[in-house]
Amino acid sequence: MSEVVPEPRQKPTVPAKPTCANISMGSQLLGYVGIDTIIEQMRKKTMKTGFDFNIMVVGQSGLGKSTLVNTLFKSQVSRKSSSWNREEKIPKTVEIKAVNHVIEEGGVKMKLTVIDTPGFGDQINNENCCDPIEKYINEQYEKFLKEEVNIARKKRIPDTRVHCCMYFISPTGHSLRPLDVEFMRHLSKVVNIIPVIAKSDTMTVEEKHDFKQRVRKELEFNGIEFYPQKEFDEDMEDKAENDKIREMMPFAVVGSDKEYQVNGKRVLGRKTPWGVVEVENLNHCEFGLLRDFLIRSHLQDLKEVTHNIHYETYRAKRLNDNGGLPPVNNPDSEEQHESNL
Amino acid sequence: MAATEIARQAGEGVRSLPLSGHVGFDSMPDQLVNKSVSHGFCFNILCVGETGLGKSTLMDTLFNTKFEGEPNSHSQPGVQLKSNSYELQESSVRLKLTVVNTVGFGDQINKEESYKPIVEFIDAQFEAYLQEELKIKRTLHNYHDTRIHTCLYFIAPTGHSLKSLDLVTMKKLDSKVNIIPIIAKSDAISKSELTKFKIKITSELVSNGVQIYQFPTDDETVAEINSTMNAHLPFAVIGSTEEVKIGNKMMKARQYPWGTVQVENESHCDFVKLREMLIRVNMEDLREQTHTRHYELYRRCKLEEMGFKDTDPDSKPFSLQETYEAKRNEFMGELQKKEEEMRQMFVQRVKEKEAELKEAEKELHEKFDRLKKLHQEEKKKLEDKKKVLDDEVNSFKQRKTAAELLQSQAQQAGGSQTLKREKERKNSGFL
Repeated sequence: MSEVVPEPRQKPTVPAKPTCANISMGSQLLGYVGIDTIIEQMRKKTMKTGFDFNIMVVGQSGLGKSTLVNTLFKSQVSRKSSSWNREEKIPKTVEIKAVNHVIEEGGVKMKLTVIDTPGFGDQINNENCCDPIEKYINEQYEKFLKEEVNIARKKRIPDTRVHCCMYFISPTGHSLRPLDVEFMRHLSKVVNIIPVIAKSDTMTVEEKHDFKQRVRKELEFNGIEFYPQKEFDEDMEDKAENDKIREMMPFAVVGSDKEYQVNGKRVLGRKTPWGVVEVENLNHCEFGLLRDFLIRSHLQDLKEVTHNIHYETYRAKRLNDNGGLPPVNNPDSEEQHESNL
Repeated sequence: MAATEIARQAGEGVRSLPLSGHVGFDSMPDQLVNKSVSHGFCFNILCVGETGLGKSTLMDTLFNTKFEGEPNSHSQPGVQLKSNSYELQESSVRLKLTVVNTVGFGDQINKEESYKPIVEFIDAQFEAYLQEELKIKRTLHNYHDTRIHTCLYFIAPTGHSLKSLDLVTMKKLDSKVNIIPIIAKSDAISKSELTKFKIKITSELVSNGVQIYQFPTDDETVAEINSTMNAHLPFAVIGSTEEVKIGNKMMKARQYPWGTVQVENESHCDFVKLREMLIRVNMEDLREQTHTRHYELYRRCKLEEMGFKDTDPDSKPFSLQETYEAKRNEFMGELQKKEEEMRQMFVQRVKEKEAELKEAEKELHEKFDRLKKLHQEEKKKLEDKKKVLDDEVNSFKQRKTAAELLQSQAQQAGGSQTLKREKERKNSGFL
């Protein structure tokens, strides 16, 4: 005997029923159906599964990479290398160090991986600097491809692909160095590159502006497409928004994890004899813009471009080559391969 | 919050860090949702049930719109599937809804093959997706997903038990699609009979091992609702697109002489429950189940069939590549063989044509020779005749000159008078 069951209405999440008809393209809806609750359903599902994000920082040592990452994510995600003893050996080749963290905010859990590249640009002969990095990036794509190609696949393939590579440009005030150009030219095809002008508190406003123009021109001249890439703009809205961002890049940033008292408020900044450089003050540096751009509006887009474009390119190339494998085998599988022939 | 997959996957060596300020990545779900919304959603429903059970009407009622189409006839030779797509929009959400109807299900005398077209259709959608996924150059994020997300199985309201056709079909479909059984036209059953009917159906399904879709109960916000709803399966529904004035509101209802059955009244039928479960609570879960369970199962079986094996984790992509390579070589070999064959055929044809042409040429030559000969003969004949004529002319001329000579000699001997007279006579003769 079914009595009147109290209507199981989800209160705050379901939007109120509009009484007017919703005109649609194709079919006319004569009342509220509830299709738009799929947004809520999707949101709940994604909050349950959580996100992961992998960011790689590349630049010569001493440019403030670790400090910037710590400032961005407001926690000690990277151990600063300034605590190094200079007597310790400088790495002979570029090392790749990946550190994982889980951070949570507002019910959203994110597994953040920061990939550091100590030793980049530090040797006397920097010819092969890009190679270990490119190899690492391709290795991650390879791992993902292997998982995807499996017959019995995992429900959720762990994503270790590099979603974003922040390249630190030293604030010489002149132009890009040949190493910068080489690196960015190679890697802009396999990963999303976001160029950043580090330690920008050494430049005045005019110097900053000129430097940025020059850097942009040089990037364009060398055919380097940094994120957000022009060719991936989906529609006019996107294009307009991204154009605005592209005009402002590369962002000139300052990182700091120390707080100082300014005008009665505690702000993150760098204290100098002539004043305090506030990190979050848009007049002082563009950190706020970088953070909003990177985290608050384009985080998902970075992941999507990596998955839909860079990964697909890698996959297509890999499946086409069909034997021309990049040097990412481990010795056992190589032996097995040879024994299979 | 309960332990999430992230934390589980993180494993050892991962620190959980406290944040000292607002970073802002809690907008991630919003970013993701915005992207999906701009992309649009798609949802595909398959309605299986005998003709005349009210499938189309129920779809109209569920989505509050009038889908086109007239009722189908009962005299179909076999089961066919007709799919219709609609684009619905509500606030900012665009939904591409595809409704697939089985036409002629249960109408034949011999129903043994009835379930086959349905299974083939579902498999075909999986196959299309699999093909797209296996392509080298693929566009998965723009792919229009046609896989069936849910199957609404319409049970005839006999009040007794499930028909054997229903059992067989549901058994075949339960591993391929999320089945939600529905009792159609449930205004034909009274309340008490309905409860008994539902119990009978559930026990029959369980005893035959048919796995119907269970609403997920692992998320706390919906666990409660879903578990109560699970107890109400199968839903007894009524569909109606006609509106009747009840009290002072227009409501969807069916009017009988003895009363009016209201569609949206929970004590009359379970329509509202079905709508809640299908659309408002679990649409996303249905899509996810289809993708992660049913599609993966299909993919696994298909790939194993094709000969790919997953034996050793180390040799996976290599075996896949080797198989790819082997297949590719095979294919190239076949291509080459075909090319050779075609080339040979071509050469042969050319030879034949050449021979023909030579023949023709020869004939022409012969004809030409013949004609030439004929021409020469004629010419010779003509020349002979001309010669004869010439001879005659010559001889005539000779005789003429000889005659004239003789005459002139005779006249010279005869005297000039007679010559003159003859001359005058001749001249006067002429005047």
